[in-house]
Amino acid sequence: MSEIVRNLWLIPALPMLAAGVCALLKRGRRRLSAGLAIGAMAGALGLSVAALVEAMRAGGAAETFNFVWLQFGTEWLKLGWVLNPLTAVMLVMVSFVGLLIFIYSVGYMETDENFGRFFCFLALFAGAMLGVVISNSLLLLFMCWELVGLTSYLLIGFWFEKPSAAAAAKKAFIVTRIGDLGFFLGMMWLYAGSGTLLFYDHGAGCLEHTALARLVAQAGVLGLPAAGIIAILIFCGAAGKSGQVPLHVWLPDAMEGPTPVSALIHAATMVAAGVFLMARIYPLLAASAANLGSAAALGSAASVEPTPALMVVTWVGAITAVFAAVIAVGQYDIKRILAYSTVSQLGYMMMGIGVGGAAVGMFHLITHAFFKALLFLGAGSVIHGCGGEQDIRKMGGLRKLMPVTFAAYTAGMLALCGLPLVVSGFWSKDAILHAASEWSVSHVPFYLGTIGALLTAFYMTRQMAYVFAGTLRLPEGEAQHGHGGHHAGVHESPAVMTVPLVILAVFAVGLGFIGTPAWPWFQSFLNGGQASFELKALAGEGMLAVMATSSVIVLAGLGLGWMIYGRRGIASAEAPDAVGAKMPAVFATLGAAFYVDALYAATVVRLNNFAARMSARLDRWVFGGAVRTVTGTVSGLAHLDRFTDETLVNGGFDEGCESVTLGGLILSLLQGGRVQNYMRGIGTALVVLAALMMWGAR
Amino acid sequence: MTTLSHYLLLSALIFAVGMAGALTRRNAILVLVGIELMLNAANLNLIAFWRYGPHPEALTGVMFAVFSITVAAAEAAVGLGLILALHRHMQTTDLDKVTGMKG
Repeated sequence: MSEIVRNLWLIPALPMLAAGVCALLKRGRRRLSAGLAIGAMAGALGLSVAALVEAMRAGGAAETFNFVWLQFGTEWLKLGWVLNPLTAVMLVMVSFVGLLIFIYSVGYMETDENFGRFFCFLALFAGAMLGVVISNSLLLLFMCWELVGLTSYLLIGFWFEKPSAAAAAKKAFIVTRIGDLGFFLGMMWLYAGSGTLLFYDHGAGCLEHTALARLVAQAGVLGLPAAGIIAILIFCGAAGKSGQVPLHVWLPDAMEGPTPVSALIHAATMVAAGVFLMARIYPLLAASAANLGSAAALGSAASVEPTPALMVVTWVGAITAVFAAVIAVGQYDIKRILAYSTVSQLGYMMMGIGVGGAAVGMFHLITHAFFKALLFLGAGSVIHGCGGEQDIRKMGGLRKLMPVTFAAYTAGMLALCGLPLVVSGFWSKDAILHAASEWSVSHVPFYLGTIGALLTAFYMTRQMAYVFAGTLRLPEGEAQHGHGGHHAGVHESPAVMTVPLVILAVFAVGLGFIGTPAWPWFQSFLNGGQASFELKALAGEGMLAVMATSSVIVLAGLGLGWMIYGRRGIASAEAPDAVGAKMPAVFATLGAAFYVDALYAATVVRLNNFAARMSARLDRWVFGGAVRTVTGTVSGLAHLDRFTDETLVNGGFDEGCESVTLGGLILSLLQGGRVQNYMRGIGTALVVLAALMMWGAR
Repeated sequence: MTTLSHYLLLSALIFAVGMAGALTRRNAILVLVGIELMLNAANLNLIAFWRYGPHPEALTGVMFAVFSITVAAAEAAVGLGLILALHRHMQTTDLDKVTGMKG
């Protein structure tokens, strides 16, 4: 075992340590806390790159380091960490994107008085996320998973004096907890079924052949084997974290947090943790008697026979991809558009894992992390420049005012839309669509994915047209950044913010070339094979047809967006949306996100409130009554006790005390202070004595 | 003819007068005078018992009386000193007003 595997724990430990130190620093130590967090992240990045090199050297084999954590009964609970290609690419992505976002935050949070707290939470998040990535035990992963959820809560509610931010934080926490309940049940079941929570343990781990064969043989419920049920339960947790329908409602609200948080947690890394979890337990998802027979096929795309768990993942992903993309069309908040876009892209990733295996989904995850982080940071730059304005109707014309942001944002937008042949988003989305087109169960996910791609190109063009084209529609006096410019000081962001944007833009465009069909290095690396460069692979197996379809779709989406929004320009901030003017009812539905929140408020939340009221009543009258009876009895007894004590015990004692005091008083009367009284006493005594002697002597 | 009884009666009378003065007077000096009278009544008894006793030649009674008078002189000095100190401290010699030792 190499040094780096043994010391893999250092990668999450460094940011966590930085978070701990930041938490203890005084509030004014801004530079120190930012420096600590960024330094720790840079260290984590260095170690992650070393881990990637080691994983490339090892060629796909999982290297693990396990240790005993605690013992209960006769069982040992083991934790550990694993280094395999999946871990390595995720580590590098999280620490690299994280580092850039940390640096960006220095500029974005410049004027916030709780700067130190922000970096403390951010570093804690990074540590927990890296912990999720390296875990070799579902339990350790779950712990880090919950820590990630906690930091998400803390950071969404970072500006907790805003009631909406506090509510959004609570919502995010509770909704993801609903998913995590499934995760937890799945974990318990997995432990009961296989006796271990370690993923890889030299043949004894729960993702290895022996345990999977046992789980497939066990009966679950609904006619599924235990393996399928466990995988679906764990998928519940992943769906909550990754904002899949119907648990997507928290993610758009999470945009109440500071924009670097949206970029890091709610676009690039944490929400992708659900997809990562699915990729991690892919052998469990794909476990069926037929697939286990050809064990070598696990992880590689085409030869895996769809299992019920994979179908659930695929369908949920495909529906989410389209559902969220449709909603994104009707939004006006720059960050909410991106949030729905994130939900939609996460749906793509889930679909990719379902139809094409872990590598397909993970490729989109990695490219998406870069371009979505870029888009969020670009949006943050726009918001920063416009003095906190988030409504795209009030923007416009920023192309000239913020040229660097515009260029970077365009790169991100094209990557998200999947501009043919150039950008990373095209290759990763194409891999998913290609896998979907070959799925043996149904072609509907492929069509849904295609519609989603069209919508993605459309709403991103709409956003670009609103934000960057035309002229500025920001009302006078709203942007009070005070640079004294001609229009209320809308300005380009400082270099500490634009440099990360440019770096991310380079990756958003260029990263696709590590996973093209001609040179599928990424997929081969994840599946433990060797990649070879073959141009003719581009033409094989319907590849060209899919590529052509998606190119046409993307160009159609871009063109449609340009026709509707870009060509004529946006007249004024109050002018109705071009689509909304034609179909107001439909557009209002989209703006309200299909009333999912209202539906939940009318059903789940109301039911919950009703249950809470009933519980309160039960508590107050039944349990409270019992408690009151008991307390009444006890207090009656106490009164009796007090009476006994005060009258009998104290009375006797008081009597004694009083007689002693009285005796003292009487005796003290003798000492009257008058000398002659004493003398009188002596005289009287003398007379008595003399009388006694006189008569007594007879 | 004076007998022992006459002396004893005189002595008892002086003692009674002294005791009455010591008990009834409020002035500390007069109380002291009373005490001296009682002491001298006792001295008179000593002399009388010696003079009418079985060995009048042995001078024992006179010795007792001389010692007693010496002690009484010292006692009177101490008593007067106390009274002076009392007067200096409280500006009075009225014993009714000197009640600082009251219990």
